Amino acid sequence: MGQTVNNFRPTEKGYYGPYGGAFIPEMLYANIENIRSQYQEIISDTAFQEEFHHLLKHYVGRPTPLYFARRLSEEFATNIYLKREDLCHTGAHKVNNTIGQILLAQRLKKKRIIAETGAGQHGVATATVCALMGLECIVYMGEHDIARQAPNVQRMKMLGAEVRPALSGSKTLKDATNEAIRDWINNPNDTHYIIGSVVGPHPYPDMVTQFQSIISEEIKWQLKEQTSKENPDYIIACVGGGSNAAGAFYHYLDNEEVKLILVEAAGEGINSGKSAATSVLGTQGVIHGSMTLLMQDEFGQILEPHSISAGLDYPGIGPLHAHLINTKRAQVFAVTDNEAINAAYHLTRKEGIIPALETAHALSILKDIKFKEDDIVVVNLSGRGDKDMNTYMANTPKK
Amino acid sequence: MNRLKELFHNKNNDILNIYFTAGFPELQDTEKIIKELDDVGVDLIELGMPYSDPLADGETIQRSSSKALKNGLQLDLLFQQIKNARKSTDIPIMLMGYYNQILQYGPEKFFDKCNESQIDGLIIPDVPMDYYANHLQEELERREIMMTFLITPETSDERIKQADTLSSAFLYVVSKSSITGGVNNVTSKQENYFNRLNQLNLKAPRLIGFGIHDRDTFIKASRNANGAIIGSAFIRMLEQEGIQGIKKFINDIRPIN
Repeated sequence: MGQTVNNFRPTEKGYYGPYGGAFIPEMLYANIENIRSQYQEIISDTAFQEEFHHLLKHYVGRPTPLYFARRLSEEFATNIYLKREDLCHTGAHKVNNTIGQILLAQRLKKKRIIAETGAGQHGVATATVCALMGLECIVYMGEHDIARQAPNVQRMKMLGAEVRPALSGSKTLKDATNEAIRDWINNPNDTHYIIGSVVGPHPYPDMVTQFQSIISEEIKWQLKEQTSKENPDYIIACVGGGSNAAGAFYHYLDNEEVKLILVEAAGEGINSGKSAATSVLGTQGVIHGSMTLLMQDEFGQILEPHSISAGLDYPGIGPLHAHLINTKRAQVFAVTDNEAINAAYHLTRKEGIIPALETAHALSILKDIKFKEDDIVVVNLSGRGDKDMNTYMANTPKK
Repeated sequence: MNRLKELFHNKNNDILNIYFTAGFPELQDTEKIIKELDDVGVDLIELGMPYSDPLADGETIQRSSSKALKNGLQLDLLFQQIKNARKSTDIPIMLMGYYNQILQYGPEKFFDKCNESQIDGLIIPDVPMDYYANHLQEELERREIMMTFLITPETSDERIKQADTLSSAFLYVVSKSSITGGVNNVTSKQENYFNRLNQLNLKAPRLIGFGIHDRDTFIKASRNANGAIIGSAFIRMLEQEGIQGIKKFINDIRPIN
C-alpha cells in the first residue's frame, strides 16, 4: 500500500496542502498520539498485511468484481465499468476500513470499540468486525438517521452492538461523530475509535485512505485484464466524508491522465438552504479535529447540512479531498435528492442493481458529462440499496 | 499591567475562576453575570464563546451553548457586551472557545477586538501547541493577550513543560480524562497526578478544572494548585436559580468576606 503515490501523501503532521493536521483538545492528544506514533509500522508489518488480505479475501469476498455495464454503456455511448463494492460482505466498501482498524485495535490491545455512523453502513461494518473478534461495540448514530435507516439499526443490534442515539444539533452524522469523540475522551485507555471516513484528526484520514486503497489497487489489475489498459479515463465516486472516493482514487492520484470526479449531495438544490454541497458552500475551517472545507456561517458556527442520503449528510469533507479540489486535481459535481432517486431507479432497471442512495449520486452525473466513445469510465458502486428501500418506495422517480 | 498578570502576582492560592457561557440564560445576561461575579469576589472569569459543536464539553455546556446561540449571541455582540461591562469592572476576563470561530472571524481581527474590549487572555482548547507557536503566539504577545494551555493526567512530562512554557496566563490542569461537567470527588489517583505536577518546577500558576463543583472539591483542588475552575456546576445553578442564585453559590464554595 502507498508506494505508488507521492504528491498526495500527507506530511508528517498530517497536512495535505493547507488541510488536515490534528486540531484536538489535549484530552484527546494521548489517544491520537498512541495511534499516530505506531499506525504506519503496524499496518506495514507483514503479518498484519497477511491477516488483512486473508480476511478481505475469505471474509469480505474480495476482490469485488469490476463489471462492464453493457446496457448503461450503450445508452451513454461510452464504456462504463462498475466497481462492485456493494458486493462486499455487509453491503458497502466500509468494511475494508473496519477490518483494517479492528486488526489495529487488537494490536493496540483495546477491548472496547466505538464508532459513528450516518447511513448505518459503517456502523454495521464495525458491529460486524466486533462480532468477528469478540469485542464490545458501541455505535453512535444521529436520532434522525436512526429513523430513516431502520434496517441497519436492526442489523447492528442483532450483531450485538449497542446503538446510542445522538440527540444534539441536526441529529445526524456530524453529531454522532461529536458524541463518539466525547466517549473517547471519557474512555481513553481501553477504547479504540473506528472512524468510518477519511475525516478527523491525523492520522485517521491517511489510515482510512490506506485501508480503502484496496479498491483502486484492484481496479488497476482488473481493468488491465479486461481492456489491456490499467488506467481509466474517469473515476467517479460520491463524497460525504470521502472514504470510497479516496479508496477508488488512491493509486491514480499522481496520474493526471485519469480524471477524478467527486459527486456531492446538493440536497434540495445548492442554494436551497437544504444542501450538503461542501465544495461550493464550504470555506476553510476546523471540524472534527481537521482543517478542511466545511459549511459554516460568518461566525464559524457549523451549519446543519441536508441530504436525502444519510451517508452524505455531512457539513465537511476529508482533508485529502479538500486538497484535491483546491488544486483542481479532482472535479466536483453536485446532485440533488431527486436526481439521485432517478439515477437509482435508472441503474436498477438498466442493470438489475439497486444502489445505495449515496452511490446513486455518483451514477446521476453519467448523463451530465460528455464522454468519448472509447473512454473508459469507472464508477465506484460504493454500496447496495437494501437499507434505502423505504426511501425508494416513498420517492418514485419524478422529472 | 495585564489584569491576569496582576492577579497571579498578588495572589497564589484559593484562586476562584468561574466559567460561564456568554449570552446565557438570556442574551443580555452576560454583563449582569460579570458584574455579579465581580461583586462577590470571584478572581477570574472565563467567558465561553458558545459554539455549535463543542467537542470537549458535556451535556451542560452543550445545552448552554445551544441556548446562547438560539438567543442570538454572536462574536460581535459578545465583544460589545464585554466592552460595556468593562466600564464598571476590572475583573480579569478570558475568552474560552474553539478555534474555528477565531479562524473564521480572522485571527488578527479577533485579537484586535480582544484588545478593544480589554480581554486579558484566551483559552482555545483545540489549538495544537506547535500551531500556536508558529501562527498565533507573536500576534498575541504583541497585543499583550495571555494564553492558557490544557494538560491532562495522560499528558507526558515533556509536553507539560512545553504547555507550561507557552502558557503566559496559567496552566489549565484538567483533573481527569473526561469531558466537562462531572461531579465526582477528588480521588487519590488524581492527588498523585497533582503531586507529580508539583515536582516538575513549573513556572506558570496552575488552576484545576473539570469536575470541580462544590466546596469540598474546590478546597481539595486549591490545596494542590493555585486555585480551581468551576463551570458546569455554575451553569446548572444558573439554569435553576438564575442570576439571584450567584451569591449563595459562590459563598457556599468560598465564603465571601
